[in-house]
Amino acid sequence: MTTTTHENQITKEGQFHLGMKNDLEFLISLGISSGADFVEIFLENTNNISLLAEQDHITSVNPSFTRGAGIRVFLGDRDGFVTTNDLTINGLRNALENSLAMLGLDMNNSNLINFTGLNNFNDYGKSKETWLKDSPELKSSCNLILKATDKLKMKNKFIDVRRGSYSRGLQEILIASSDGTFCRDIRLSQSIGLNVLASDKGFRASSSRRYGSQGKPNDLLEWDSEKSAYDISESVGNMLYADYVEASQMPVVLANKFGGVIFHEACGHLLETTQIERGTSPFADKLNKQIANEALTAVDEGLTEGAFGTISIDDEGMEPEKSVLIEKGVLKKFLSDRAGEMRTGHKRTGSGRRQSHSYAPASRMRNTYIASGKYQPEQLIETIDKGLYCKSMGGGSVGPTGQFNFSVEEGYLIENGKLTKPVKGATLIGEAKEILPRISMCANDLELAAGFCGSISGNVNVTVGQPHIKVDSITIGGR
Amino acid sequence: MNKFIDEKNLKDKINSLSKNVNIKKWDIGASSSSDSSVQVDKGKPKQLKSSQKNSLTLRIWNKEGLVGISSTTDLTDDGLNKSFTSAYESSFFGNSSDIPDFSPECKNKLFNINSPLREAYGIKRLYELLSLAEKNLIESHSSIESVPYNGLSESIYERIYINSDGASRLIKKTQASIYLYARSNVQGKKPRSSGSIKLGYGTSDLDIDSCIEEASKKTIDHLNYSPITTGKYLVCFKPEAFLDLINAFSNIFNARSILDGISLSNKNSLGETISVPYFNLVDDGLHKDHIGAINFDGEGTPTKKINLIENGIINNFLHSEATARAFNTNPTGHAGTGSKVSVGPDWFVISKTPLGNNKSEKLNHQNCKDTFVLIESLSALHAGVKPSQGSFSLPFDGWLVKEGEKISIEAATVAGDIKNVLMNIVEMENNSEVTHSGISPHIWINELSITGEA
Repeated sequence: MTTTTHENQITKEGQFHLGMKNDLEFLISLGISSGADFVEIFLENTNNISLLAEQDHITSVNPSFTRGAGIRVFLGDRDGFVTTNDLTINGLRNALENSLAMLGLDMNNSNLINFTGLNNFNDYGKSKETWLKDSPELKSSCNLILKATDKLKMKNKFIDVRRGSYSRGLQEILIASSDGTFCRDIRLSQSIGLNVLASDKGFRASSSRRYGSQGKPNDLLEWDSEKSAYDISESVGNMLYADYVEASQMPVVLANKFGGVIFHEACGHLLETTQIERGTSPFADKLNKQIANEALTAVDEGLTEGAFGTISIDDEGMEPEKSVLIEKGVLKKFLSDRAGEMRTGHKRTGSGRRQSHSYAPASRMRNTYIASGKYQPEQLIETIDKGLYCKSMGGGSVGPTGQFNFSVEEGYLIENGKLTKPVKGATLIGEAKEILPRISMCANDLELAAGFCGSISGNVNVTVGQPHIKVDSITIGGR
Repeated sequence: MNKFIDEKNLKDKINSLSKNVNIKKWDIGASSSSDSSVQVDKGKPKQLKSSQKNSLTLRIWNKEGLVGISSTTDLTDDGLNKSFTSAYESSFFGNSSDIPDFSPECKNKLFNINSPLREAYGIKRLYELLSLAEKNLIESHSSIESVPYNGLSESIYERIYINSDGASRLIKKTQASIYLYARSNVQGKKPRSSGSIKLGYGTSDLDIDSCIEEASKKTIDHLNYSPITTGKYLVCFKPEAFLDLINAFSNIFNARSILDGISLSNKNSLGETISVPYFNLVDDGLHKDHIGAINFDGEGTPTKKINLIENGIINNFLHSEATARAFNTNPTGHAGTGSKVSVGPDWFVISKTPLGNNKSEKLNHQNCKDTFVLIESLSALHAGVKPSQGSFSLPFDGWLVKEGEKISIEAATVAGDIKNVLMNIVEMENNSEVTHSGISPHIWINELSITGEA
């Protein structure tokens, strides 16, 4: 770790701008003169803050800043990727040299091919420069989160632990690559979390909710903390005395919004070209074939205004598209990034995403949801004699061969077409290709929910979503 | 090997910034690393990556004694200035009811650790080694068609802790790791996947052959699988699986979690019986087999060996400076860094005390004729564990063993309550195994719920 003076940095005012073009074109010239087929430079500045309220105190305020670059070089379909926190011209040059060396290429300092091919600067961030200033100040943010934890206290007397968290991420990126891409963007994400733990007479239950937005500076100020506090308090109150569910095989109805996490994890990831490259997607050869029930249409897009997974450009500089993944049960598209297109032939979809400059981009989901159907939610429940209603889902995982496992945070038995008693400890177990044909009914109440997705290129903001859906039969893990 | 962190320069800069706003007390935790990693796909490089990373966390105490914090990767003058200003601003929102202080042990003598520094092999050799390992794994059995998850990496890193009171800690380490997860494909069968991870001080220390052998054996062992009937079973956890489970519930011993009300323990739990009388659990971050050992924590406190459970009784908790003060005891060297200092375990060692009628083993996974489930590894620990409630429901890889015959289980979950698990241990085998996450023998539990086929 060395400290350097600001004068050596390629960014004079700390922000990225058009004036950096010559330096970037010089670096790209060095790369292609050395034999690389493609050179990409990704620069990043972040200015984040997170805070935590516990009970009636702010217990953590944590500002953080990141500054770095990721340089990726392709030779054929192979790539070398180097990251650095050193944004001096020498630092970037060293990083480029290392990435070339990974592919067996020596840096060519003479006979440079003069690259002047960066396109007109496409500044998606220009209209967003006031976002940071328009976001709530630290004091207001603290007060709003404290207000929410205070409301939790009033809603349920058995709640022992009340936590509220808020995080604001401001990311400025600049992408320059040898195909002419030259663009900048500013991204503002905000997320709010509430967690509670209730206990009484030896019973314990916990519940959590997360809300998130992209590109909405006023989001925290407009948040209805009263409604959120009521929602989470009701949930934990219902589950406090719940019995454990018995393990069985039965139909389930998954509630809208965060219920979509199962589709995201169990199916969405298998439609990313990174999985096809690995040979781990059972759907790799199923394009234009029926893989799900006709009732199911699923979409991934980066366009819904304010949604957590919305982006103006992906991390390779491409504008996002709306990708219909499954239409009436037929597989229509895979999510692809630059490397994915090169290695699998599936066209890029504006889905090349990464957590930060420290990761190479990969094909990742954005806002992913099951489309609305024609039924009222109650109609799905009425069709079931004995089953499980999953009102709120916890986390889950998908194994390397496609099996998934998700915990149900708030569940109720369905008996004779009606919701009856709450049950805890349920997990939904299955495999995407077996479960997709069993999603037989979709309601008309699609809603989206914010989440974080961790995968090969780090944690990225995403939206999951669905209407209420019915799965005809699934294994329920319990006691 | 060069020194990454210019400690004196950093200290001078923060002192200079402090003077401007009359700050007299500050501390810094920082790290710097250089990493290289490779992934391959059928002999071709899939991704070659190297990175140089810095990170610095600064805490300052303002005139009112409140603490502000900031972290950054930007070590330019401007970056440090911005970070300092930000920490100063955030100090006005510091928690007046729980103010951290310097650790009283931040200048105490550190325990020595034997952590040799190894020369890096470099990307080219890493790629060659991993390609060969992938090839050998695929060739080890006809059913293995690919190694979709693989990686070989090496890193050198430095970590420091310094403060305005003159504390100065520095450690430099090298580390390497390899993981290989094979995927089988047999006609008429579902694909199966299993793997192995190995750690070393450097690439030269990695036992790549045994990583290949283990990944291959584990994959092949699961080729012939059957569903298991849902029910309650006698279960034997392999060491790695039991260590994963106990780590997921480490809030039992975490003083920060206890103060926050999210632990299964409370302030009065010391001295409580939590397990069978022959069960011992030690957190031993300095153990000679712990490759990642660091001899000080985020507050500069020396890392210590702590007896957490002795003869089934909770004996100690893990502490930071602030929690130790709240419990009127000493910090244990388990603090992180942050605005609110976290506490976490280092490396668990589970052992058996020969007591009463348990001197000789009654159950042994290698020759037991009873029907039992042998759990090799647990998955989805981030999602299937409710640490504050004590319950878990986790998918696992393992076997149903009947009269000595092992049948791989197709897909199943194990569910239970950690306190019941610890109290229902029916056997701890005599031989312990060293894993990358700690040391444990095979541990047997009675009557655990397994969900397979309903």
